[in-house]
Amino acid sequence: MSPKVAIKNVRKSFGSKLVLDHVSLDVGEHDVVCLIGASGSGKSTLLRCINLLEPIDDGEILLDGPDGPCDISEPGLNPDPIRRRIGMVFQSYNLFPHMSVLHNITLGPTKVLKQSKSEATERALDLLSRFGLDDKSHAYPDQLSGGQQQRVAIVRALAMQPELMLLDEVTAALDPVLVGEVLNVIRDMRGQGMTMILATHEMGFAKEISDLVCFLKDGVILESAPPAKLFSAPDRPETAEFLQRVIASGRL
Amino acid sequence: MTKHDTRRQLWLRRQRRRAVLIATVSTVAVATITWYLVTNAAGWPKVKQIFFDGDRFRQDFPEVLSFLWEDVKLFLQCAPFILIWGMVLALFRNTRNPALFPLRAFAAAYTDFFRGVPVILTIYLVGFGIPKLTKDWGDFHILGFGGAWNSPYLWGPVALVLAYSAYVSEVFRSGIEGVHESQRAGSRSLGLTHGQTMRFVVLPQASRRVIPPLMNDMLSLQKDVALVSLLGPIEVFRRATSIKDRTANFTPLVAAAVIFLIITIPETRLVDWYSARQRKRTGGTVIS
Repeated sequence: MSPKVAIKNVRKSFGSKLVLDHVSLDVGEHDVVCLIGASGSGKSTLLRCINLLEPIDDGEILLDGPDGPCDISEPGLNPDPIRRRIGMVFQSYNLFPHMSVLHNITLGPTKVLKQSKSEATERALDLLSRFGLDDKSHAYPDQLSGGQQQRVAIVRALAMQPELMLLDEVTAALDPVLVGEVLNVIRDMRGQGMTMILATHEMGFAKEISDLVCFLKDGVILESAPPAKLFSAPDRPETAEFLQRVIASGRL
Repeated sequence: MTKHDTRRQLWLRRQRRRAVLIATVSTVAVATITWYLVTNAAGWPKVKQIFFDGDRFRQDFPEVLSFLWEDVKLFLQCAPFILIWGMVLALFRNTRNPALFPLRAFAAAYTDFFRGVPVILTIYLVGFGIPKLTKDWGDFHILGFGGAWNSPYLWGPVALVLAYSAYVSEVFRSGIEGVHESQRAGSRSLGLTHGQTMRFVVLPQASRRVIPPLMNDMLSLQKDVALVSLLGPIEVFRRATSIKDRTANFTPLVAAAVIFLIITIPETRLVDWYSARQRKRTGGTVIS
């Protein structure tokens, strides 16, 4: 069986700075992959490339679908139908401040999936109650806490019924109490079998939730292994050093 | 909850009372000094007679006021076209498709030209020039409007639309560019197209932001419609001028100024009220 996502030799540079250097990664269906590494190591860029928000310079990104794997990075391909199959959640939520929570969530389903307004609303309310946000449907994003905003952003992505979720340091802007509520949502998604790629600084969570952990440094995946292996006996000294620093800062 | 105010609340109240007192005293002082200086100037009696003649004012004000509707009408005719055409120009400039480069270039050249030429010149050139070309065309009838093809009531407003749409398109453009890129990323990641993203995400946020500068331009327009009278139509300014020419007294022009203030000041207050309400509805705590 082919992987849900196959990233092959992806290269990407901003100007003369190489940010992704021959990155290859397979993500199986229902798998959860965590990308770890220092800021600037290329985690976010990799996620943005998969969602076609950044064009890549070389390589392939294959997304498996009903018609078999397809190279979504092919130049000239219309990105819109591909993006609707991939959910993305951002560090700074990127909610639409001029719309209520409910409207934020139903925008995609009504405009892109052409669901009726009542159908989209019903699904949105279902999702909101699943994540404990029943009473917030008519609030505006600025009236919510950071954790609530991020959960709304996740619901907004889920409402498109994506085949793959990309989460870009979704807890980085939250305080420890709020981090917990967002991580619960991600656990819930894993329970439902969602295929996910996460860039994260929450090592404890990465250890708990992922099937595979990739350590990135300077745009290269230096090491990828199941969490039990990578966190306890990493092969590369760079990985060990990074984990050492994380432990020293009290985040593992 | 205590019944008595805390030390801090008492202090705040004292501060507020002090601020009101200082503001009142300083305002009264400035007004008194100004009044004293103006009324004691050597030329004051003459100025008072020519500009502030009470009898003339009472007589001319209603006469000038009766032409107010002409100004409002010109404004109402121009404003929708200015907003629409200005928005179209802004969207032209915001296109990213290489095939649409001619539109981008056209919009840039257009705004450069009409922002650079004084409005009064545009009105003269369009208002006196084009009717020479169209005088044999007879009449036009569009959407219930009608008139002669060489009427100043057509080309005056057209000149205003040409000039003001250039200003307004720049306001729209800055509003569109002011919406953070992450909003586009959020929208495109849901699979919305560029057009849908503009329509549902970018423009609604941009339009809220541009309302204050846009109102500025609309207030200018409300005053500049008086320039159309150079082509013939009689409105507040033109009527006031003709009374002035007859009586050699400037008081009717002061009356005209008062009339313009009567319509523009409520407009500004309306915008302030609207922006405050928007902030309250979508925002968290308002920072004082």
